[in-house]
Amino acid sequence: MVQDDRPLSPHLQIYKFQFTSVLSILHRMTGVALGLGTLFLVGWLVAAAAGPEWFQDARAVAGSWPGGLVLLGFTWSLFYHLCNGIRHLFWDIGMGFELTTARLSGWCVVLSSFSLTAAAWAVGVFGLGSIP
Amino acid sequence: MSSLTTLKSRLSCVRGLGSAKEGAAHWWAQRLTAIALVPLVFWLAASLAALSGAEHGAVVAWLRGPVAPVMMIAFLVAGFHHLQLGMQVVIEDYVHSEAAKITFIIIVKLGSVLAALISVLSVLRIALGS
Repeated sequence: MVQDDRPLSPHLQIYKFQFTSVLSILHRMTGVALGLGTLFLVGWLVAAAAGPEWFQDARAVAGSWPGGLVLLGFTWSLFYHLCNGIRHLFWDIGMGFELTTARLSGWCVVLSSFSLTAAAWAVGVFGLGSIP
Repeated sequence: MSSLTTLKSRLSCVRGLGSAKEGAAHWWAQRLTAIALVPLVFWLAASLAALSGAEHGAVVAWLRGPVAPVMMIAFLVAGFHHLQLGMQVVIEDYVHSEAAKITFIIIVKLGSVLAALISVLSVLRIALGS
């Protein structure tokens, strides 16, 4: 097989980042971050199952400022990966490949991820709504 | 394989190397879990936001409701499956030493199964507890 004319991955040292490529690598980075962050969810569930004393410790961690910072990062990563994942699913069925569409859907993902993060924290901080 | 170093035709070179109907299994499983996770993540985010700062009793009552344990276990199963499929691709792309690559993939795969078991069991202990 002739391999010389096959496309190459971007050479990162000389690669000029574009809006769409930044969104692409962010999808992977948020994915890895979510993988690590899910361990906190496991810890929270284990603490809840272990009893009130353990759960109190989990609450203290979540309520501290480093814990809050991780939670905020987790929330945004979750919504970014969710929204951009939906964008990927549309690409999978062959929709939205045109450059203008891809840029527009990219901006929709960025705006949605921040809006949903703000909405979730508004519910959390101001105690709005009932438990679904 | 270059055409200059083999007498085989191009067709002969690729025969037997392609998909035996299972080549897309990884890709398909990642998409299937992604579709499942869309409603599950919205549910989880809304629930955790509403539970923000909740006491132990409120969380236990929530996980003993009719909806929460089913959704939570569905999220954990789909989530950990999706997580290990994605991490596998990331490791395969960026870790080039074969030994390190295999080691990381084993850690991620077995670790995901363990974490899923621990968290599902925790949910069940709460949901079925007296």
